[in-house]
Amino acid sequence: MSELDQLRQEAEQLKNQIRDARKACAEATLSLRLHTTLTQGHLAKIYAMHWGTDSRLLVSASQDGKLIIWDSYTTNKVHSIPLYSFWVMTCEYAPSGNYLACDGLDNICSTYSLKTGEGNVHVSHELAGHTGYLSCFQFLDDNQIVTSSADTTCACGALKRASRQPPFTGHTGDVMSLSLAPNTRLFVSGACDASAKLWDVPKGMCRQTFTGHESDINGICFFPKNNAFATGSDDATCRLFDLRADQELMTYSHDNIICRITSVSFSKSGCLLLTGCLGVTDDGMVVATGSWDSFLKIWN
Amino acid sequence: MPALHIEDLPEQEKLKLEVEQLHKEVKLQRQQVSKCSKEIKNYIKEHSGEDPLVKGIPEDKNPWKEKGSCVIS
Repeated sequence: MSELDQLRQEAEQLKNQIRDARKACAEATLSLRLHTTLTQGHLAKIYAMHWGTDSRLLVSASQDGKLIIWDSYTTNKVHSIPLYSFWVMTCEYAPSGNYLACDGLDNICSTYSLKTGEGNVHVSHELAGHTGYLSCFQFLDDNQIVTSSADTTCACGALKRASRQPPFTGHTGDVMSLSLAPNTRLFVSGACDASAKLWDVPKGMCRQTFTGHESDINGICFFPKNNAFATGSDDATCRLFDLRADQELMTYSHDNIICRITSVSFSKSGCLLLTGCLGVTDDGMVVATGSWDSFLKIWN
Repeated sequence: MPALHIEDLPEQEKLKLEVEQLHKEVKLQRQQVSKCSKEIKNYIKEHSGEDPLVKGIPEDKNPWKEKGSCVIS
């Protein structure tokens, strides 16, 4: 038998072992009451937006190439930042509220300092390294950011040093989104290979791989407690995965929902799973949704 | 450091990486679904009383409520 065949056989055997181990744990099924859509009409394409941790300011990327920071209480624009690129996939607030990050067609993650004291906002750092567009990022803190990309990798970069750890490789399709675990240095990523992976940032390795979806995973979000996460996919389902059972607990689907799910977010207690293109504030008070009809709406 | 493109590697190297990762994952100690599900349900029950999107927000505490317009009479 050639080495290639041996490797294939070994991979198959290991996958079967993992499948059997998961089955042995799956002696029960989870049934949770399914709420129907809270936010109708926003099952549209991705629109970049993110809440600040103060649950008041909100950043969105508009189609005319600007990042806009809104005060959601007054609906006033606080900042309007022109970008170099008209095509922005994602934007993000640092937990401190001092920085904004956004991507561009150039595969670079640019951060903007918001507290310059001069009144205008400028690019403070740039992080290159990915060879495909950036689909998502999240700040670990003001200096470190985790990014996911269409080059099938994720990476953790230090902004001040403009350097990155070796990338997290393993996905075989574009990585579309990521979610940091609450209070730990772990994160999950969802990709176009229909799998989600759990990564250990300090160790730089993949700990677990979760399969089950039948198509690209577009959105992923950790449960408020860091032992589970939800995913939204092109297969029009959302699924809940548990880290300790190492498998899917439940699939959410609805006859009325036949289109791709682009984003998922949990309410503060984890009781509600909201899907579409949206974000829930840290204090859990509201949901903001964005869509290609160019409106941002706030719901509670 | 340039990203390692898995799809650019020869088949053999790809499989070696896959087998290496599977060896790590097969060793995982897995817990019963019933136990994990119960913990999730309990967490939700304990916290949903405080979840603003579930219990609602009193009008006077809601900074996002629609502002009325001024009317001159």
